[in-house]
Amino acid sequence: MSIELKKVSKKFGEVIAVNNVSFSVKEGELMALLGPSGGGKTTVLRMIAGLEVPTGGDILIRGQRVNDVSVQQRNIGFVFQSYALFKSMNVFKNIAFGLKIKKWKKTDIQARVLELLNLFGLEGLEKRFPHQLSGGQRQRVAIARALAPKPSVLLLDEPFGAVDAKIRHELREWLVTLHQDLNVTTIFVTHDQEEAMEVSNRIVIFSKGNLEQIGTPREVYEDPANEFVARFVGVMNVLETEVSGGVARIGELQFATPGQADGARLRIGFRPYAVQISTNANLFPYRAVLRHTFFLGIMLRLELELPSGLILRSRITKEEYAQLGLEDGREVSFGIRNFRILASDTTRLAPEQVVPHQAPPTIAENI
Amino acid sequence: MAGTAKRQLAAGRAKSQRGTEESPLVKWLLIGLALLFCLVFLLLPLVNVFAQAFSKGWATYLDALQHPDSWAAIKLTLLVATISVPLNVLFGLAAAWCIAKFEFRGKSLLITLIDLPFSVSPVVAGLMFVVLFGAQGFLGPWLLEHNIKIIFAVPGIVLVTIFITFPFVARELIPVMQAAGTDQEQAALTLGANGWQTFWHVTLPSVKWGLIYGVILCNARAMGEYGAVSVVSGHVIGMTNTMPLHVEQLYQNANTAGAFAVASLLAMLALVTLAIKTFLEWKQHREFELAQQATRAESGDTLFLTRQKSE
Repeated sequence: MSIELKKVSKKFGEVIAVNNVSFSVKEGELMALLGPSGGGKTTVLRMIAGLEVPTGGDILIRGQRVNDVSVQQRNIGFVFQSYALFKSMNVFKNIAFGLKIKKWKKTDIQARVLELLNLFGLEGLEKRFPHQLSGGQRQRVAIARALAPKPSVLLLDEPFGAVDAKIRHELREWLVTLHQDLNVTTIFVTHDQEEAMEVSNRIVIFSKGNLEQIGTPREVYEDPANEFVARFVGVMNVLETEVSGGVARIGELQFATPGQADGARLRIGFRPYAVQISTNANLFPYRAVLRHTFFLGIMLRLELELPSGLILRSRITKEEYAQLGLEDGREVSFGIRNFRILASDTTRLAPEQVVPHQAPPTIAENI
Repeated sequence: MAGTAKRQLAAGRAKSQRGTEESPLVKWLLIGLALLFCLVFLLLPLVNVFAQAFSKGWATYLDALQHPDSWAAIKLTLLVATISVPLNVLFGLAAAWCIAKFEFRGKSLLITLIDLPFSVSPVVAGLMFVVLFGAQGFLGPWLLEHNIKIIFAVPGIVLVTIFITFPFVARELIPVMQAAGTDQEQAALTLGANGWQTFWHVTLPSVKWGLIYGVILCNARAMGEYGAVSVVSGHVIGMTNTMPLHVEQLYQNANTAGAFAVASLLAMLALVTLAIKTFLEWKQHREFELAQQATRAESGDTLFLTRQKSE
């Protein structure tokens, strides 16, 4: 186990930034700390680095308790959101800084910096100063600087926050490749669920200082632990329903919820891909009008308006859209393949319920 | 980009007859007034100082400077500056560091206190020290007992000069340090640097322009201060007379040429200070422009994707 947090808490005055959080990161893992801003994820990262001191609990790095170990002694590499490059030093000196402090031999420093410049595609830029670099280059220098002293853990705070969208995508792929090459335990903080899903082996989800769920991207998407995770990761249709006779109803929609008391108000959630669509009016139980089509590349998001005025989102592929001959304003029939009851508290969600007696799924499951 | 700026400027000029602009007559009248003001109040006195200093020729000028009393005043002024400037660099750095990098109770009070020497009249500042260290002052009897002389002696001059020039370095550094934030320092810590290494390699270089600027202003004031020094010095010729005091004394004694000779030295100091200041501002501006260019270059940023695998 590379990093372990045991019931770690952090209070700033009266504010609880991190509340009793426990999780562990395996050696060589690429882990994402995901959550909305103010969720406590950056504080967790800074506590692992030693830039913040926990007010409760223990942090272990490779089995050793590091609560009282200073930042300098922890042997971690930290990449700041702002990159925090030394403005008065050129690229070479930035990357060499940690090695110089650790009193490496001059020839060894030279060799290590050149190796990193090469690895990061920064050849020829060693004499440039940070203000003479582009955003993407700055970020690579920051990561190279953090990796130079061969840390046991690489920590990145919102590594893709400060670059524009196009470069962000390229950098994500690059980080995955880099991690595969170097195999250094890596933890990064992000508020972008798509980014966390795409890049990491596992995701830890935070909200208001609490750990909501930990799991692989697939696990948190398909089996969210609670309503917060279900709504935060991916898109979800959420409906307020009322139960009568074991059926939760809203407008014309009905969801079988046996065992629920009459009059109970339930929040029902389902992913867009669980909404199946046909132009055959008799194939599915409900009717709707296709209001808008959003092109997301291969996938399309459809906005359906029910006669009762409810709006639902569906998601299908471009091919299916063409096959069905859909267009905005078209009347369709639809069904909901599976749904889940969302609890309002943070108790574990019941497994998703499959709706029986419907046509077999014609729509590929897609994240 | 400079080209664009020029074009915009030219476009602005071409449209000078827009409704919001003054008529040429008013424009030139205002510019003329400003120039006249500068000429009469700034340039004329300065030129006059040098004209008066050299009115009786080079020989008299050099004689006046080489007079033992003048020479003593020059040496004392240099001594006072040599002690007070480094000390205030130290105090200023410490004060700016603690204000810019930490959050604590009473921070705004501290900032106000740092500004105090600016808001207090120099004469009052001098009197404050007389009241504190003078023979009849609060610490006077104790100092007398231990045979320590502060007022009407060099230590008093150094003390009031430190007091008067205290805000210069701190005031210059606080905004620069606040703008730099603490990210770079934290990065240095994560790379294994201790506090001193962080300060020396990261903090100091990042504030160097502000620091140099502060030192220049601090030095100019340390050498030129009259009011406060006058109160505590006692005007002992050849002993506790600094250059500004000496100028005043020579002038009172109707030694106009001598007074202006020493005054011209002080004026030279002011000119050199201005020149260095202008140079530094130009240099800083250039660095800022370079940074701006780099930011603009970002939009055209493309990422290498053809990186070689490390063996």
